[in-house]
Amino acid sequence: MTGEANYKDMYSKSRRGPLPAGTRAPEFTLRSTPDQWLTLSELQGRPVILAFYPADWSPVCGDQMTLYNEMLDEFREFDAELLGISVDGAWCHAAFARDRKLHFPLLADFEPKGAVARDYGVYRDKDGVCERALFVIDSEGIIRWNYVSPLGVNPGANGILTALEQLKDQKAEVTR
Amino acid sequence: MIDRLTVPDSKRDHVRGTAIARISLLEFGDYECPFCAEVEPVITEIQTRLGEDLCFAFRHFPLTTVHPHSEHAAEAAEAAGAQRSFWEMHEMLFQNQQALEDEDLVQYASLLGLDEVRLIREVESGAHAARVRDDFKSGIRAGVNGTPTFFINGQRYDGTRGLEEMLAALTAEVRQLE
Repeated sequence: MTGEANYKDMYSKSRRGPLPAGTRAPEFTLRSTPDQWLTLSELQGRPVILAFYPADWSPVCGDQMTLYNEMLDEFREFDAELLGISVDGAWCHAAFARDRKLHFPLLADFEPKGAVARDYGVYRDKDGVCERALFVIDSEGIIRWNYVSPLGVNPGANGILTALEQLKDQKAEVTR
Repeated sequence: MIDRLTVPDSKRDHVRGTAIARISLLEFGDYECPFCAEVEPVITEIQTRLGEDLCFAFRHFPLTTVHPHSEHAAEAAEAAGAQRSFWEMHEMLFQNQQALEDEDLVQYASLLGLDEVRLIREVESGAHAARVRDDFKSGIRAGVNGTPTFFINGQRYDGTRGLEEMLAALTAEVRQLE
């Protein structure tokens, strides 16, 4: 098998596709540090940004997480919580977060491996990593926006901000 | 709020060349980013060659997590701008990328004949932080995710950062307009 064919095979898409907008976000409890756990429903009442990424330390993921780290103030303006998720273990996350000075939780979808990514339809069976996928979940726990980026491409933050703005506008309308 | 995300806004942006030039080149950059420093002489050369046809603008996109000096450097450029010397400081910072501590910024201000006390006071008090942040936000909104990122007449340029290829992309714009 040539290297290229092998690569294509490895990076074949996961079959299910991401959970669509309007779906209730599947509940999960994952390690956020070697001795702490985070449960999604604990964050109910605030929007949540889930950023699935393939792996700690790979160049694009690093850039993407670094960019989001710079954006924390903007996300906070929407009272939104940012969570990074990959199949790396909690100790690997800890080292990565320390190295990149990241100030948001990185969750370890480590055991059973990729279970949460599978629930969200963004696990790549053949590669054993999750897609580079974004979800914005509203304060009621409903997925309102998703985006799956090509594995090697940093999706930036514009889509997230637009989704958060729409949530805010909808909320303002309901209140009115 | 910046309305014109990917074309220079002569009311707020730092612009080199004539604002009514036929081609605009907008860079989102970071003074501590090695690739931005590398491309700076290319931009200068492009500007020499295109002359009045080109309007070049620079917006700050400091990634402070990886470049801890980039924020103060950007604010120092703005503070120099408040003393009408933005581009002089801009070049100074790229030429001295390895030395961007606050005391270095003071020294550069002094070398440029600026009021260095005022400059460092403005940097330390964050007088220009909001401006730098606005630049950064406009970049995020335009889909910028790293530096340097260029826009030619509002269109993102994804080619290489060599002189020939950049010039070709820019002059193609002129030909289209003619």
